[in-house]
Amino acid sequence: MESLNTQVIVLNFELKGSDFEAAGEASSKIKLVLQQIGIRSDVIRRIAISAYEAEMNVIIHAYRGKMKAEIFSDHTKITLKDEGPGISDIKLAMQEGYSTAPDYIREMGFGAGMGLPNMVRCTDKFDIESSVGIGTTISMTVCHNPLTIVGQ
Amino acid sequence: MKLEEVGRILEADLLCGEDLLLREVVTVCGSDLLSDVLAFTIQETLLLTALINMQVIRTADLSDLIGIVFVNGKRPGTDLIAMAQQKRIPLFVTRLPMYEACGRLYQYGLKGCI
Ligand SMILES: Nc1ncnc2c1ncn2[C@@H]1O[C@H](COP(=O)(O)OP(=O)(O)OP(=O)(O)O)[C@@H](O)[C@H]1O
Ligand SMILES: [Mg+2]
Repeated sequence: MESLNTQVIVLNFELKGSDFEAAGEASSKIKLVLQQIGIRSDVIRRIAISAYEAEMNVIIHAYRGKMKAEIFSDHTKITLKDEGPGISDIKLAMQEGYSTAPDYIREMGFGAGMGLPNMVRCTDKFDIESSVGIGTTISMTVCHNPLTIVGQ
Repeated sequence: MKLEEVGRILEADLLCGEDLLLREVVTVCGSDLLSDVLAFTIQETLLLTALINMQVIRTADLSDLIGIVFVNGKRPGTDLIAMAQQKRIPLFVTRLPMYEACGRLYQYGLKGCI
C-alpha cells in the first residue's frame, strides 16, 4: 500500500460504497503519515478534512472508488476516482446546502450539502469532473507551507 | 478552562481519556450535524452532540477536536469508546440536554467557533 522514495510518498486506497464501518479510514491513514513526516498541524487539518469529505462522498453517493494521496515535500495531492451515478449539474452540487443524500445519511449527521464547498475552502487547488452514469473524479492540492505556490 | 472542569460543570461521567483532562478548552461547538462540524469548527474545539455513531469519532479525529460530550444521557457503544481511546479523544456523557449544556459552558465564558 505504501511506496516510499525520496521524492514522494504515495498511498492508495480502495473505497466501497455504503461501507460506513470503514468510512474515514483512508483519510485517517493519510493524516498519520503527514504527522509522521512533521507537516504543520493546521495544514494537516485542512488536508484531513478535505480528504474525509471526499472519501465520505464516495461512500455515500457512489458504488466504489479509488483514493490516492501523493505527498511531496512541499504539497500533498489527493485524487479520488469513483464509479457511480456521477453529477449532472456540478455548479448546483457545489452550492452550499445542495444535497441529494437520503434521510438515513442525515440521521448519521451528514447530507447537509456542505462537503464540496468545504473541500474548496480547505484546499489550494480543487478540480472536479463527472460523467452521468459513469462516475466522478476529484483532485485536490494543499501546499504544506501556505506561502509556497505550487505548479501543476 | 480545562476539560476536567467542563466535566464538573456538566455533571458528566467520563467514558475515556482520564490522562487528557488537563487539555485546555478554547472554543465549543454544539451540533448534531457532522457536515457543519467539519466546515465550521477550528482546531482544538470541544464538541457537544447527541450523535453516537462511529463517524463522530472519525470527524473528531480528522478535524482535531479536543474532546466530545454526549448530551441527553446518550451513551455510545464499546466499539466507539475503544476507537476514541485509540485516537486519544476524551469522551463524556451528561444527562443535560443540548441547550442547557451549551448554556452552562457559555455562562462560564466559553465561546463558540465564530
Ligand atoms: N462522488 C459523488 N458521486 C455522485 N454524486 C455526488 C458525489 N459527490 C457529491 N455528489 C452530489 O453532490 C451533492 C453535494 O455534495 P456535498 O458533498 O456538497 O454534500 P452532501 O454529500 O450531500 O452532504 P455533506 O457533504 O454535507 O455531508 C450530493 O448530495 C450529491 O448529489
Ligand atoms: Mg458530502
